[in-house]
Amino acid sequence: MSAILVFLAVLALAAGWWLARQGLMVKPWLHADAAGAIAHAPRQPAAQIGLGVFLAVVGSLFALLISAYVLRAEMGDWQAVALPAIVWPNTLCLLIASLALEWARVGITQDDLARARTSVLVASAAALAFLAGQLFAWRLLAAGGYFVNSNPAVSFFYLMTAAHGLHVIGGMFALARTFERIWNGDKTQRIRLSVELAATYWLFMLFVWVILLLVLSGWAGEFLSICGQILSGSGIG
Amino acid sequence: MVDIPHEASESAPPAEIEEMELPHAHGWWSTYVFSQDAKVIAVQYAATALAIGAVALVLSWLIRMQLGFPGVFTFIDAERYYQFITMHGMIMVVYLLTALFLGGFGNYLIPLMVGARDMVFPYANMLSYWIYLLAVIVLVASFFVPGGPTGAGWTLYPPQAILSNTPGQQGGIVLMLVSLILFIAGFTMGGLNYTVTVLQARTRGMTLMRMPLTVWGIFVATIMALLAFPALFVAAVMMLFDKLLGTSFFMPTLVEFGEQMSYGGGSPILFQHLFWFFGHPEVYIVALPAFGIVSDLISTHARRNIFGYRMMVWAIVIIGALSFIVWAHHMYVSGMNPYFGFFFATTTLIIAVPTAIKVYNWVLTLWRGDIHFTPPMLFALAFIVTFVNGGLSGLFLGNVVVDVPLSDTMFVVAHFHMVMGVAPILVIFGAIYHWYPKVTGRMLDDTMAKFHFWVTFLGAYLIFFPMHYIGLMGAPRRYFESSDIMFMPESAIGLNAFISIMAFIVGFAQIVFVFNLLWSWKHGKDAGSNPWRATSLEWQTPQTPPGHGNWGKELPVVYRWAYDYSVPGAAEDFIPQNQPATVTHEAPA
Repeated sequence: MSAILVFLAVLALAAGWWLARQGLMVKPWLHADAAGAIAHAPRQPAAQIGLGVFLAVVGSLFALLISAYVLRAEMGDWQAVALPAIVWPNTLCLLIASLALEWARVGITQDDLARARTSVLVASAAALAFLAGQLFAWRLLAAGGYFVNSNPAVSFFYLMTAAHGLHVIGGMFALARTFERIWNGDKTQRIRLSVELAATYWLFMLFVWVILLLVLSGWAGEFLSICGQILSGSGIG
Repeated sequence: MVDIPHEASESAPPAEIEEMELPHAHGWWSTYVFSQDAKVIAVQYAATALAIGAVALVLSWLIRMQLGFPGVFTFIDAERYYQFITMHGMIMVVYLLTALFLGGFGNYLIPLMVGARDMVFPYANMLSYWIYLLAVIVLVASFFVPGGPTGAGWTLYPPQAILSNTPGQQGGIVLMLVSLILFIAGFTMGGLNYTVTVLQARTRGMTLMRMPLTVWGIFVATIMALLAFPALFVAAVMMLFDKLLGTSFFMPTLVEFGEQMSYGGGSPILFQHLFWFFGHPEVYIVALPAFGIVSDLISTHARRNIFGYRMMVWAIVIIGALSFIVWAHHMYVSGMNPYFGFFFATTTLIIAVPTAIKVYNWVLTLWRGDIHFTPPMLFALAFIVTFVNGGLSGLFLGNVVVDVPLSDTMFVVAHFHMVMGVAPILVIFGAIYHWYPKVTGRMLDDTMAKFHFWVTFLGAYLIFFPMHYIGLMGAPRRYFESSDIMFMPESAIGLNAFISIMAFIVGFAQIVFVFNLLWSWKHGKDAGSNPWRATSLEWQTPQTPPGHGNWGKELPVVYRWAYDYSVPGAAEDFIPQNQPATVTHEAPA
């Protein structure tokens, strides 16, 4: 369960840092005063905070899947399976989608709606290509005789890519909504928020996919074992 | 006339009070059925949770009929018995307690207590309830599919949960898992609302450290639930894969009826880790809102400020954090490394420290208070006693060497029923008696309430205290029939019958409670806007019950914490949170 514990430790540090700035040491029973005298802090829209909390939940879900993967991989019948090569071009598609949305984010801060519109369209196309590529990866595995119940490593590949793919499909709806707002000439403030939310979400999806790829390809395990060897070799571990 | 002195504030800045766009209802359906108003959603959640809770209550009667009078009720066979205990446990923990505390009280109280017009994402909030209802319907549907509901025990441990000799192996287990997945998806939508509303929609002056402890409890419990429920989600999805697609995540190599099954190599312990990574925080997901609510009930009905407010807040946060590193104390007998057992026993005992701080602070709040034995106060006091009792037996079970012989005995059943069954349910009753006047504008009948309290409180002890004793004698849990076990004396068999009779009596007392709820809705005494003379914002609304948008034209402004009771020199024995500090008061005689 180390993956989820590391993830929660990071969240706990962030929450602790935030809480430490919220005046938890004040004695509220001594602080009755005119509320109007208290300055307002600069605030973020609720949707952005909501997305942050949602991504923490999604992060927890994937950290738990990775924890399950690690625990299951310790069983005697585990046999690693080479990933279909198409996952690498798929990763490139997801990277393009994410970069396009970052480009849209820059465009919208400069009130360049045309650039934002083009970028969102490019991101949508790249995201569709990613999803099609992932489906093709499944077909390649099936053609090689690896079905969902053939081998636990393959089962995890299907499970994790399905979980990630469903979240990507959810992101497609967000992209469609953003595009609709730009197309209909909605208020700039709303378009900006929509683009920013989409860009953040897709960046997170890219991050999750890269981590999943490292785990599924076995690179993460190799990296950790090398770290362990270095630590034990140096007498630290 | 004197001014009450106060120090200047250096507290954290309050949340922005930007006016939110409220979705307005058009017609009956969008006002009462597909409503986006958190107050209506709260009532929908509460009514659904109580209804499915009534099903679980009936199931508990059926369980007790078998245990108290084995062989008498022939329609209860072993299969049905396992189905009853499974559904009773899962319904009570997830579909009643979690849904009622967070979906019911969370929805009603958070916006009102922090001075918001509504939840920040009303549409997602509405969706949350309807997905919860769908989850309940799917769960109930499992009673009617071939083979009936699953009888795998509420922990749903594989491989047994999906083996062919387990009741409900055909459709029941699938519907249970689908229902849980739906519940978690629905809860996530609600949980995002509760969290972001506390973070973003507090009114001017409502700093975090001025929030009532009820809001703190629900807030931290929601964050815990958002992070812990994914573990159950992952476990449920993986088990569905094992069941429907033939994967071997959890299923080991098995021979069933002399035939080798297609599964192989899976780890049932992996399921236990995932389940309890959710399961233990779940205890505190239920307990923290109860802690918060009890703090407010005690303070209000003892007319005293809560003792050690800051410590109460810190304890809530620390308990929330610690509850994520104690899960394996449910797995001492799973063959884990003894050093892990030592680690988890230590963390388990550490969590008793902030919990004990809370208990001391409740008692010190009562100390020299002007205690009013109203129904909410009676239930709050009963909670403290019950939680301490249940917590103390938890200290036994938290220790590996004591837990190993007691594991899987009725002692464990008695322990968790005291600490996470009876204790939080007492708080739910107390909270309903306390806030019902705000929800309906009418008081619940006091005589019926006191009858309900005494029968429930004393009855619960008469049920669960003897159960500890039976457990210490070694009576195993989950056994359909234990009266013919050699070491069980006659007295234990007599006690089992006594427990069952008490269970019926306590159960029937709940009918009085439900009748009171329904009768008082129309015939209860008019409550006025603030019948308990309480300080927190929900009692300061311009209308009772609060109207759409809660606050009329202007949001309230908060000047103080929620516990200014019996302030020396103040004209009244309570000062509402929205009363400015500069208001002058009558000088003491």
